[in-house]
Amino acid sequence: MRPTTEATIEAGRVRRNWLLAAPALALLLVGASGPLLIVLVYSFLEPGEYSGVIWNFTPQAWFEIFLKRDIFDGTLGVADAHLTIFWRSARLSLLTTLITILLGFPTAWFIATRPQSQRALWLFLITIPFWTNLLIRTFAIMEVIRNQGVLNTLLLRAGLITEPIQILYTDTAVLIGMTYVYLPLMVLPLYAAIDRFDFRLAEAGYDLYASRLQVLRRVVLPLVRPGLIAGSILVFVPSLGAYVTPRVLGGGKNMMIGNFIELQFGQGRNWPLGAALSMLLLLIVMAALLLYVRVSSREKPHG
Amino acid sequence: MVPEPPPAGNGSSAAPGIAVEARNASKEFGQGEGAMRALDDVSVAIRKGEFFTLLGPSGCGKTTLLRLIAGFDTPTSGTILLNGRDITADPPNRRPVNTVFQSYALFPHLTVLQNIRFGLDMLGRKRAEADARAAEMLALVRLEGFAARRTAQLSGGQQQRVALARALAPAPEVLLLDEPLSALDLKLRKEMQRELKRLQRETGITFVFVTHDQEEALTMSDRIGVMRGGRILQIGGPREIYNQPANRFVADFIGETNFLAGEVEAVEGDLATIGLPCGSLTVPATGLGQGQKVTLAIRPEQVRIGEAEGLPAMITGNVYFGTDTHCHLELAGGAEIVARLQNAADDVAALDEGTSVRVSFAPGSVQVLQD
Repeated sequence: MRPTTEATIEAGRVRRNWLLAAPALALLLVGASGPLLIVLVYSFLEPGEYSGVIWNFTPQAWFEIFLKRDIFDGTLGVADAHLTIFWRSARLSLLTTLITILLGFPTAWFIATRPQSQRALWLFLITIPFWTNLLIRTFAIMEVIRNQGVLNTLLLRAGLITEPIQILYTDTAVLIGMTYVYLPLMVLPLYAAIDRFDFRLAEAGYDLYASRLQVLRRVVLPLVRPGLIAGSILVFVPSLGAYVTPRVLGGGKNMMIGNFIELQFGQGRNWPLGAALSMLLLLIVMAALLLYVRVSSREKPHG
Repeated sequence: MVPEPPPAGNGSSAAPGIAVEARNASKEFGQGEGAMRALDDVSVAIRKGEFFTLLGPSGCGKTTLLRLIAGFDTPTSGTILLNGRDITADPPNRRPVNTVFQSYALFPHLTVLQNIRFGLDMLGRKRAEADARAAEMLALVRLEGFAARRTAQLSGGQQQRVALARALAPAPEVLLLDEPLSALDLKLRKEMQRELKRLQRETGITFVFVTHDQEEALTMSDRIGVMRGGRILQIGGPREIYNQPANRFVADFIGETNFLAGEVEAVEGDLATIGLPCGSLTVPATGLGQGQKVTLAIRPEQVRIGEAEGLPAMITGNVYFGTDTHCHLELAGGAEIVARLQNAADDVAALDEGTSVRVSFAPGSVQVLQD
């Protein structure tokens, strides 16, 4: 009779585990998947006259993402304004990721090569910006780059320029802001990866006739790649959906997807389009992540 | 020590047959008050094709000297020469010198073959040439069939061989080995010792081997440099180091030694009579003055136990070691010494504790140490 007893105990154990996990699962289902489902459903409905939705099934919102109907002759054309926004979002997010890698790698390397007793201090300094509200940090950047701001004042005083450089309300301003905001998210995983790196391997590479650059490319980078990937994902994903930074530093003119979505739920009064755009953003991020995972796992040498 | 005058011209004054040389090399870590002198005015010339061992306890500077030769550190003062050429300022990647690291430092993201090819690729060798050379190296270290493995899949001994093959592949002028066998268990270590000797003979490359294991040094080396406190105390062949240690530290560090404190009673030509609490001994020695305090060093296997002649002593205990027995003796005056008696000989059996005997030393086996 032993097997039966064991099976009973096992079944009881499984039931208890499910029971214990139930609150968390319920929260996930209602809190995470629920709203997502609502957004998905809304993207297939008609916009209400002032706001909200009319419960008529139509894929119209999804077409509106890419196509527009001319208000005079009613012909269909490509929604180039939308495409510009998508392109700007993708471009600025990729550039932000690239710049944070270029700035974050030396920073992480610097911290990881400090004596153990100093590293905690450096990491602490890196995390200080997180203590302040994102909006306030963005306004601080604004204070630096606006025409009468710190940067332009200094350059004018130094006589390097004769009139202020217009940075604020350009794509460059958005790029600077996002780089500043997301840089710690790149530094921290890179630091963790470099900290794990065995520096004797760099020495071995150097001993085997590799120049410093070759050691970096052939030995260091392949081994810190997990940190590089994690950092890139942590920076790219929120950059793509950024809202506050492009709103404040781009001046509402240089919109990114996040601002465009907000517009649909606000002044635009087109909830289905906003919902469709949100789903599209989700798909783009998912595709980007899949691509990243594929590329990074394929590059491992086989055999 | 008076520093040598700087070499003429570009330093090509090195004697022929010298592969690598350190001249008055010093290395300090840190600055000011807290500076640590890891290497103190060391000069050593290592011959071409030689198996040279730097031997010493941890912190004696042997690894520092190796790192100066490899180029990972630069000397605070002094020069490093390779084939008579000053390479002190050259970075490691411009020195035809390769290192086998204590931790092996194999690249975990590369296969065995890619690890071995690494140096060849960096030197810009043609693909076919590099492949052939790597295959040759795999055969040399007897790892054919392991080319495609990841290094993490290998045992410690196999990783050791890959590290050797990787360092030998570019055919360096000098191979540096930093305690490469310390992570292996005893049996594998013995096997790799023979393997290293074989590789050194077959390739003819100069090996500079760092170890703290005196037995390893004695069995493998052509010459040994014994180090302590950042200085080289003695350089010589294994027999010379063992039989004629330059000072008490060398005598104590290498093998086991009995030390007897004494005073010079008389000097006659090449012979000196040393007074001990238990009597006096006449031994060949030079450079001694009457009344000088000295230490006599005698290896345990050179101690003879008899009944007729020698210093009076009493047996205080026997320790059985299988191949031999260590017989502990107390000399008159209280000094204790150990005699190592081979168990294969028949005459050692019945020496019980408390037996009064006479102790003598094999001719020429007593070293007079002046420090």
